[in-house]
Amino acid sequence: MNYSAVIYILGWILNFEGFFLLFPCIVAVIYQEKTGVVFAGCMLLCLLLGAIAIRIGRKDKEFYAKEGLVTVSIGWIILSVFGALPFFVSKEIPAFEDALFETISGFTTTGASILSDVEALSKCSLFWRSFTHWVGGMGVLVFVLAVLPLAGGYNMHLMRAESPGPQVGKLVPKVRSTAMILYGIYVFLTAVEVILLLLGGMPLFDALTLSFGTAGTGGFAIKNDGLAGYTSYQQTIITIFMIICATNFNVYYFILMKKAKQILKLEEVMVFFGIILFSALFIAWDIRHLFSSLREAGHHALFQVASILSTTGYSTTDFNVWPETAKTILILLMFTGGCASSTSGGIKVSRIVICMKMLRKELSTFTHPKSVKSIHMEGRAIGQEVQFSVAVFVMTFAMLFIISLFILTFNDFDFTTNFTAIATTLGNVGPGFAGVGPMDNFGKFSILSKAVLMFNMLAGRLELFPILVLFYPKTWRK
Amino acid sequence: MNIIIVGCGKIGRTLTEQLCKEGHDISIIDEKKELVENMVNKFDVLGVFGNGASYTTQVDAGIEGADLLIATTGMDELNLLCCLIARKIGKCHTISRVRNPVYGREIGIIKEELGLSMIVNPEQAAAMEIARLLRFPSAIKIDTFDRGRIELLKFKIKQGSKLDGYRLMDISTKLKCDILVCTVERGEEIRIPNGQFLLQGNDVISIVAVPKKAGEFFKKIGMGTNKVKNTMLVGGGRISFYLTKELLHMGIQVTIVEKNKARCEELSLEYPEALVINGDGIDRNLLCEEGIERVESFAALTNMDEENILLSLYAKHRTNAKLITKVHRVELDDVILEMDLGSIICPKNIVAEHIIRYVRAMENSARSSNIETLYKIIENKAEALEFIIREKSAVTDVPLEKLNIKDGVIIASIKHKGNIIIPKGKDVIREGDSVIIVTIDSEIDDIADILKD
Repeated sequence: MNYSAVIYILGWILNFEGFFLLFPCIVAVIYQEKTGVVFAGCMLLCLLLGAIAIRIGRKDKEFYAKEGLVTVSIGWIILSVFGALPFFVSKEIPAFEDALFETISGFTTTGASILSDVEALSKCSLFWRSFTHWVGGMGVLVFVLAVLPLAGGYNMHLMRAESPGPQVGKLVPKVRSTAMILYGIYVFLTAVEVILLLLGGMPLFDALTLSFGTAGTGGFAIKNDGLAGYTSYQQTIITIFMIICATNFNVYYFILMKKAKQILKLEEVMVFFGIILFSALFIAWDIRHLFSSLREAGHHALFQVASILSTTGYSTTDFNVWPETAKTILILLMFTGGCASSTSGGIKVSRIVICMKMLRKELSTFTHPKSVKSIHMEGRAIGQEVQFSVAVFVMTFAMLFIISLFILTFNDFDFTTNFTAIATTLGNVGPGFAGVGPMDNFGKFSILSKAVLMFNMLAGRLELFPILVLFYPKTWRK
Repeated sequence: MNIIIVGCGKIGRTLTEQLCKEGHDISIIDEKKELVENMVNKFDVLGVFGNGASYTTQVDAGIEGADLLIATTGMDELNLLCCLIARKIGKCHTISRVRNPVYGREIGIIKEELGLSMIVNPEQAAAMEIARLLRFPSAIKIDTFDRGRIELLKFKIKQGSKLDGYRLMDISTKLKCDILVCTVERGEEIRIPNGQFLLQGNDVISIVAVPKKAGEFFKKIGMGTNKVKNTMLVGGGRISFYLTKELLHMGIQVTIVEKNKARCEELSLEYPEALVINGDGIDRNLLCEEGIERVESFAALTNMDEENILLSLYAKHRTNAKLITKVHRVELDDVILEMDLGSIICPKNIVAEHIIRYVRAMENSARSSNIETLYKIIENKAEALEFIIREKSAVTDVPLEKLNIKDGVIIASIKHKGNIIIPKGKDVIREGDSVIIVTIDSEIDDIADILKD
C-alpha cells in the first residue's frame, strides 16, 4: 500500500471540497445569512487540511489498482464527513449522524433525507445540500482528474474505481481529456435545464437547486411537499432531464462528434427507453382512477417512472397511495437504475441486459450441450471476465441487500419500510414506500440502521467493490 | 498529436512509453487482449483490441482524427496493409516496420507507391549502427547530427592511458584538439564537466567533434582509429545478413558462425566472399579453431540474450577484440552495463529512436516548436537538443563565458552560416544559428531555459 500517494490525492480532494464550499458562502452573502460564517470556516478548514496533506503526501509513480480503490472510497468518506460539518456546526441538523446521513445521501446522489421540515433550513444550507448532488453525480475524482495533471497509471485506476458501469471506456486517449469532456457535457446539460426552468417562471434559487438534483440524479427537494407545488411545464422539463442524465453519456459524445447514427447501436440506451415507455404506460393505466384525466395520470406516471428509474427520487405526488402493482413496478425500477456511464445509480441497465443474455446462453447450453456461444452487446463480444464480474456484482448486491435487511429488522418497522429503505439507499434512489415514502423521512431509524443505510449509499454509488475492499484485511498489508 | 500504434510488442511498448511522456494522444491496437490491457493499465492510452488492418478497428481507435499511424506488428504484410488502409481513410502519415530482406531491396518503390512516410527495419538499423562502430572501434556509441557533419562519440578511458588524470582544459591548450567533452559517466553518476574537471581511468566520456577532428584527437591520445580488418559474427540472423553486406562493402573480412545448416547455405549463397561456419557458437573448440583469439572484432548476434552475453564475456576473456553484444530486453540494463560487454546494441531502441525523431520533426513543422531534434545520449539520463535560434533573446550576441548557464547544461556546437564551431568562451550565439546543447536536466524546452533564473 502506497500511503503517501493516497494521502496526496486525498489532499487534493479536500482542496476541491474547500473550493466547492465557496458556492454556499456566496449564497449566504446574497441572502445575508449568518450561517455563511460556518460555511466559510469549513471551507478554510478543508483548504488548510488539504494543503497539509498535499505537503505530506508524495506524487508517486507506484500507484496500482489497489491504491485507486482505496483512494476513491476513503476520498468519498472524507468528503462526506467534511461536507457534514456545516450542518452540524450551524446546529441546523443537531445530531452528527443525521448531518452525515444527509451529506452522504447528497454526495451519493441518493436524496434520502432525515429532515421532516426541509423549509426550516437556511438558503445556503439548502444550496449546499443540492450542490453535493451535482458534485457527487459525475464524481469528485473525475473532477480531480480533469483538473490535475497526473501521470500514467494513476488516472486510469482512479477513473475505473469511481465510474459506474461494467466496462469503463475512455472517449479519447487521455483520461484527463475524457474527464474534461464528461464534465463539459454535464455543465452544459445543467445550464440548459436551469435556463428552461427559468423560462417557465421558476425562481433562480429553485431552478439551480432542482437542476443540481436532476443532473446528478440526486433528488433533494427544497419544499416539504417535494415537487408537487410546481407547474406541469416545470415538472415536464425535470422529467426530461432526469431521463437525459440517466442516459449513457456516450450518447452526447456521439452527438458532439456528429455520429448520431451510432446511438441506435447502443443497445443499453434502447432498452432503457423501452423500460421507461412500458412502465409509464402500465402505471398510467393502473392509476387512471386516482386522477381526473388519463393525461394527468400519464404525466404523473411518467414523472415517477423517470424519477425512480434514473434513481433521482423527486416526487410530484404521494405514490405511497397508488395501487399495489404500480408500487411493485416502481420498486423493481429501483433495482434497475439508469445506464452505465451516467450519473444514476442502481444495478444499471447494461448489467441487466448482460445477465439476461447469460441466462439465454445457459438455457441454450441445456438444449445443445455441445454448443459454443459467445455473448454480444452493442456489436461487441462480451468476454468471460466481464460476464463473471457482472455476475459477481449482482450476487454481491443481493448479499449486501439481505444482510442489511436483517440488521434493519431490529427497528421493528413493517417489512415494506425496511425492504424499500434498503432498496432505495443501495440504488441511490431516495424515497421508498410505507414508512419511508415520498412524504416521509429517514429520521426515525436507530443509529445502527442509519449507519447501515449510509454504508449502503456509499457502496451503491461506488459500485460495491471499492468500499468492500476497505474491509478486506490484505488491502492494508504492506 | 493523435498517434495510433498498431502492435504492442517490444517496439510498440517502447514507443508508447516515450510518446506518452511527450504528451501525445495515443491509441494502441493489438489482437492480444492481455497485451492491450497491460498497456492501458500502465500508460494513459486508449486501447483497442482487434486486427489493426481492419477498417472498424482503425475507426474505433480514431483514425479519422489521427495524425500518424505506426505499424509495428511482427508481420510485414500486415503492417503495410495497416498503413495502406490508414492512408485511404485517415489521410494521416504512416510509418511501417518492414524487415523481410526481400522487401528490403524494394523499399524505395514500396514507400513511394504506397505513400508511406517512413519505413523502419530494426535489424537493418542495428546492422548500420554496428557497421559504424566497427569503422571506429574505439567508440562505444556513435551518434551523428546534422547529416553526419557533427559526431557524438562515447568511449571509455582505459586505466593508465594518456587521458587518465588529464585536466579537461588541457585538451585544447596542450593537445590542441578542437573537441568538447560533454558528459562523463563515473560509476552511477553522470556529470556535465567544466574546464577544471579531472578525468580518471574507467570514466566513460562523450565528446562532440567534426569527424576529421575526432580522428586527430584519437590519434593524439594514442587510441586506434583504424577500422577493424576482420570480424566474427555469431548467429546468422537478419542483423548478420544486413551487417555482412555492409562489412564486405567496407572491405572487412567476415566469419559467420550459425547453427542452422539451411540458413548457412542461404548466407553463403548470398555472400560468397564471407566465411560461413555451420556450428554452435557456444562450442569453445569451434571458436578457437576459427581463430577467435586473432579477430579484431566480435559480435554476438544470436536470438538469445543470455547466449550473447555469455559469448561476449568469453570473447572478452580470450581476446582484445572490439565487442558488440545484441540484447533485446534492456529492462535489466544496469547489470548488463556493469559487465562491460563493449557496445550494447538493442534493435528496438534504435528504431524507436528513429521513429521518435520523425514524430518530433512532424510536430515541429506543425507548430514551429523550439527543439529541432532530440537525441538520448545516455538512456533516460542525458539528452542532446538541437535548437534553431529564430529570434534575438537573452542568450544571443553575448560571449558564452559571460552567460550564466545552469549546471548540467553544456553548449556542444554552434553552426553559424554553415560552419560548425565547437564553442569556447569567446564564441557567440547569433540569430539564425543552429545550436546543440547537451543536458542532464530534462526540463529544457527553449534555448532561454539554459540560463540560471
